[in-house]
Amino acid sequence: MFLGALLGALINLNGSGRYIHWGFIQISVANFVVIVLMVVVFVLAILLPFPKRKRGGQ
Amino acid sequence: MSIDTGDRTEAPARAESRQWTARMRHAAESAFPPDQLLPDRQPAYMASWIYVFGVLTVVSLAWVIITGCVLAIMGPSWWHVSSTGHFVNSLHLWSVEAFFFFMVIHLWGKFFMAAWRGNRRLTWASGVICFLVSVGAAFTGYLSQQNFDSQWISTQAKDGINSTGAGAVFNVLNFGQMLMWHIVLLPIVVALIAGMHVLLVRRHGIVPPFAEGDDDAEAAVATGAVPAEEPA
Repeated sequence: MFLGALLGALINLNGSGRYIHWGFIQISVANFVVIVLMVVVFVLAILLPFPKRKRGGQ
Repeated sequence: MSIDTGDRTEAPARAESRQWTARMRHAAESAFPPDQLLPDRQPAYMASWIYVFGVLTVVSLAWVIITGCVLAIMGPSWWHVSSTGHFVNSLHLWSVEAFFFFMVIHLWGKFFMAAWRGNRRLTWASGVICFLVSVGAAFTGYLSQQNFDSQWISTQAKDGINSTGAGAVFNVLNFGQMLMWHIVLLPIVVALIAGMHVLLVRRHGIVPPFAEGDDDAEAAVATGAVPAEEPA
């Protein structure tokens, strides 16, 4: 409930969707955010070190 | 009538090998040895976060299928009205979102690794086909919501589909047909291709990274001039 109210305060999901217009490119803000998130996660997956399993005595 | 004396000599073994069941078993054992099908060790280069997105995609697909089965059992009067139905319907939607999210990152990772190297062309191709069929499954899901959104999408989609000529057999305004495609045909195809994709990954192993300054050697492997390195 609290989380929903918090997100609702940040992002108004009532009403029609918002779009980004850039020349002939038109994309909804929601889709744009998802694409940006995918790029961020992709870059982090490459850069962040993977935890190594500790082996006894080594 | 034959009596089994317990003597497993060469003759019965030869007779057994002619049966189709035995031939299939031998072919399956040869293609997928148990230690290769369920390995407990992987190459060192797999210790990277970029390798986790394939299994995250599979887990998301499992959630899509599980929540879809619950929705199919309970029906639209449940998922549109009750709070539990809303919750499971949302789980179904968000597991699809996660499925595509992880699958696209998996695709990017494998593209930049040139994951078709080392006789892995069929693995790459099956992934591409699985992705395309999944898009179709998701679109028919939009048409199966039974709300104004699905009505709007179907009326917008019909012109595009008709322009391809496919509208004669694939009518997006036919709710029953779209529902059957969404909950029967396309899930079966996606599950089969995804299963085949995973088996191919097990068979050929995970693609090794490019060796630094070793472009010629990689090209030789890609063209089949030299055999690919077998995974550990």
